[in-house]
Amino acid sequence: MKLLTLNFLTCAIKTCKSNPASFPLHPKDAELEQIEIDMNPIFIRNILPRLDWVALKTLSSELGLASLPEDVPTEEELMGEDGEATQTLKDLHVLLMETGIASGRLCCGACGHEYAVKEGIANFLLPSHLV
Amino acid sequence: MAKNEQDEALSRGEGYEEEHVHSVYEQIASHFSSTRYKPWPIIERFLKSLPAGSIGLDIGCGNGKYLAVNPDIFIVGSDRSHNLVKIASQHQPHAVAVADILDLPHQVHFFDFAISIAVVHHLSTPERRIEAVRSILQTLKPGGQALVYVWALEQESSRRGWSEKDDQDVMVPWVMKGSKKAKNDSNSETPSTDKTFHRYYHLYRKGEIEHDVEAAGGKVVEAGYEKDNWWAIAMRGET
Ligand SMILES: [Zn+2]
Repeated sequence: MKLLTLNFLTCAIKTCKSNPASFPLHPKDAELEQIEIDMNPIFIRNILPRLDWVALKTLSSELGLASLPEDVPTEEELMGEDGEATQTLKDLHVLLMETGIASGRLCCGACGHEYAVKEGIANFLLPSHLV
Repeated sequence: MAKNEQDEALSRGEGYEEEHVHSVYEQIASHFSSTRYKPWPIIERFLKSLPAGSIGLDIGCGNGKYLAVNPDIFIVGSDRSHNLVKIASQHQPHAVAVADILDLPHQVHFFDFAISIAVVHHLSTPERRIEAVRSILQTLKPGGQALVYVWALEQESSRRGWSEKDDQDVMVPWVMKGSKKAKNDSNSETPSTDKTFHRYYHLYRKGEIEHDVEAAGGKVVEAGYEKDNWWAIAMRGET
């Protein structure tokens, strides 16, 4: 599961949604994987304004990955005047699109419930007593 | 209603769906997937009209065939069937997870759009169907739109031939073609002889999906009929 996904996931338990501690989920015992995919600079540029940058920074540091800039990169920092992708954009592509959690757990900071990730797929089905 | 039909209706709910919907899809996943590749025009139009960089959900994404329609948007697909999600995970640049429509693992009031295609008709009580629509609408940001697509009762011209006089709650057979070859391959889900599975559907009547959207606190933007299905594009209400 590519790391970009974590910016759009939270706890599946209804009472957690209003609790800010439920986002982002925290990876535990995460086994990372790299899956090469073609870089699409425009795609990265377009989705960046929709990202919760703080959540992404939290995730990246919890996974022990290289630290991200303090603020969201500006358009000029992503593409040179010639339209070429900058190193910043290439790094974001690797982090968001190519780096994924292959296995481990995702833990809710509000209720402590853990969701398993196996073979790159997270399972958010709740045990019946939590539904 | 006959006595056994009454019992059947009373037993509907979560456990019923587990037996008559979820476990069936889990078993037929790859066969089902190989027959599902062509997107319906309304759904294609909806997805292609979204601005580049839109972020949305495909709730009940099945094999992920709608993930392939627009590569300029980002979709997080989800489905109850792990086997279908595995198939759907191949569609870059998108992402998928296993989740239940009534307990979605997403932020509320956040997403630019959502689609839920051929999903809500699998919930087996009126309350659960309305709850499912509410769950979809709740993910939308103000102004965000959801496309909900369900099977119609009125499909006289289809090979099923149902019409408005028929019962709306039906078990629909899925025949998995057997293959002699499968006998020698224990990893294959293909049986050696034909095997029939039954999935529960609630067939929607004209106007019913609009009713469910409104009962869920939503507002219908546009609605219609397309090839044996009713559809509605909806937004959250004013609340
Ligand atoms: Zn939680």
